[in-house]
Amino acid sequence: MNGDSTRADPAPDAVQAEISLQVDGRTRRLTVDTRTSLLDALRERLGNTSPKKGCDHGQCGACTVLLDGERVLSCLTLAVARDGAEVRTADGLAVDGVLHPVQQAFIDHDAFQCGYCTPGQICSAVGALQEAERGWPSHVTADVTSDPELTDAEIAERMSGNLCRCGAYMNIVPAIRSVGSAG
Amino acid sequence: MRPFTFVRPSGPDEAVRAVASDPDAVFLAGGTNLVDHLRLGVARPALVVDVRTLTSREVTDASDGGLRIGAAVTNSQLAADRRVRERYPVLAQALLAGASGQLRNMATSGGNPLQRTRCAYFQDVTTPCNKREPGSGCSAVGGYTRDHAVLGVAAAPEAAAPETCIATHPSDMAVALAALDARVQLRGPGGSREIPFTGLHRLPGSDPSRDTVLEHGELVTAIDLPPLPAGNRSAYRKVRDRASYAFALVSVATALQVADGRVADVRLALGGVAHKPWRASQAEEALRGQPATEASFLGAAEAELAAAQPQSGLDGGNGFKIPLAVRTIVSTLRQLAREA
Repeated sequence: MNGDSTRADPAPDAVQAEISLQVDGRTRRLTVDTRTSLLDALRERLGNTSPKKGCDHGQCGACTVLLDGERVLSCLTLAVARDGAEVRTADGLAVDGVLHPVQQAFIDHDAFQCGYCTPGQICSAVGALQEAERGWPSHVTADVTSDPELTDAEIAERMSGNLCRCGAYMNIVPAIRSVGSAG
Repeated sequence: MRPFTFVRPSGPDEAVRAVASDPDAVFLAGGTNLVDHLRLGVARPALVVDVRTLTSREVTDASDGGLRIGAAVTNSQLAADRRVRERYPVLAQALLAGASGQLRNMATSGGNPLQRTRCAYFQDVTTPCNKREPGSGCSAVGGYTRDHAVLGVAAAPEAAAPETCIATHPSDMAVALAALDARVQLRGPGGSREIPFTGLHRLPGSDPSRDTVLEHGELVTAIDLPPLPAGNRSAYRKVRDRASYAFALVSVATALQVADGRVADVRLALGGVAHKPWRASQAEEALRGQPATEASFLGAAEAELAAAQPQSGLDGGNGFKIPLAVRTIVSTLRQLAREA
C-alpha cells in the first residue's frame, strides 16, 4: 500500500470454493468464484452452452434448467449455493439419442424461429408439464381447489416466464399441448 | 460485483450469529432478489450466509386449527398445498399471481415478504435514492411514478429531503398474509420472538433504507396462519400492465364472511399502493355489521382511499391508482358476497 488511495472501499480478493455438480448425468467437480451463477458455471466453465444468457436478471427465462428436478432460473442461482445438486439442461434431455417428447414436439410444431430461447422454453415446458401432472393450480385456474385441465390458457400462463422475441408462442403452445395430452 | 465469502452454517442459530456479528453479512434463501441485487450493485455484502436448507420445508397443522409455514417452503409448494388452496384461497391466488413458475420454485416463504421494491431508481445505482443511499434524494418524485405509492405518502414530497421515498412493496404473498392476520416467527441474536405480519413492514418514516422492523441478523423461521371463521370466503385480485409475470399496479386481498345479508367479518389489504402491504383498517371498520351491498363496499373503499395522494410524474403520474383501487376493492368484495 502506498497510502495515497482515496478509495473507501478497496476491492477485496475473489473468494474461491470447490463444488461438485451432477450435470446431465455426469459428475463435474470445479472450483468457482463464489460470485459465479449456475448459468456462468455451466456455460463458461463446463462448456454447456445450452442454457442461454438473455437478460441475466430473471426476466426472460432463457437460462431455465431443471435443478433437482424443478425448473429454475440458473442466472439467479449461485453455483456455490447448489453444491451437490443435479442439473438437467436441454442438452441432456435426450436418452440414448432419442429426443425428449417436448424436444420432438417443438420440432414437429415448428415451435421456434431463431432458437435462442428454445433450450429455456423446453426445460420450462418439461417442468410445467410435471407441475400440471401433480395437479398444481395456476393464476388462470378458476377454482384453485380443483385439479386444472391443461388448456391453452393454462399453458400460456405456466410458460409466461419464458419470453420469445421472435413471437413463436403460437406454435409453442400447441407443441406443449401435444405432449400434455399424450401423457 | 464485490467478492464475498459464502458459508452454509449447520443450523439457524449459527446462521443468526454469523450475520449478527458482521454488519456486511446477509442471509441468502431463494436468491431471486438478492442475487440480482449483487449483480446490480444494490447489495454489496462481504459475507453471504445460506439459510435455504436451515429452516423447515414443511407446512404443518397448528393446534388452533391454522397452519404453520416453514420459512424454507417454496412459493410453488405453498400455492399447491391442498390445505392452503381449500382454507386460504386468497394466499394460493396471491402466490400464483406473482412472478413465474421458475421463480416460484426458487422463492421461499421467509424470503418472499422480504424482497425489496422494484422502484427503477432504487435498482439503478447511477440515480439518487434514499432507500439505497440514505440522504442522496428521491429520483422517483417528479420522475416515472406509475409503480409508486399513493397511500402513506405526502401530497407533494420533497425530492431532496433525506426521508423521501415513494416506493411500493412488490410482494403479492405479503398482501394476502397482511389480510389473514398472519404472525411471523423470528430467531435473532437476542432470542426468538413473534410479531404480527402487519407489523413486519414499515413506512419510510425518517429512514427509508429500512423496509422492515427486523434487526440485523434476525431470521424469519416460520409464518403462522390463524384459522379463518367458518363460512369465510377469500380472494386475491391483481391488476397489472400485462396478463402475467408483472408486478401489481393495484391488488386486493380480502376475506369476507356474510351472515343474514350483513358483513359479519371482513379482512382487506391492498398491494401496489404503499411502501408496505396496506391493511385497509378503515374500510374494514366501515363495513362491519353493514349490509353486504355494492353501496357499502363503495363507501368503505372510498373511506380507505380518502387519504390517498396522487403523485405527479413524467408519465402522467399515478392518480389513476385511486379509482382503480376503489373499483378493485368493490369488485372483489362483490364477487365474494355473491358466492357467500
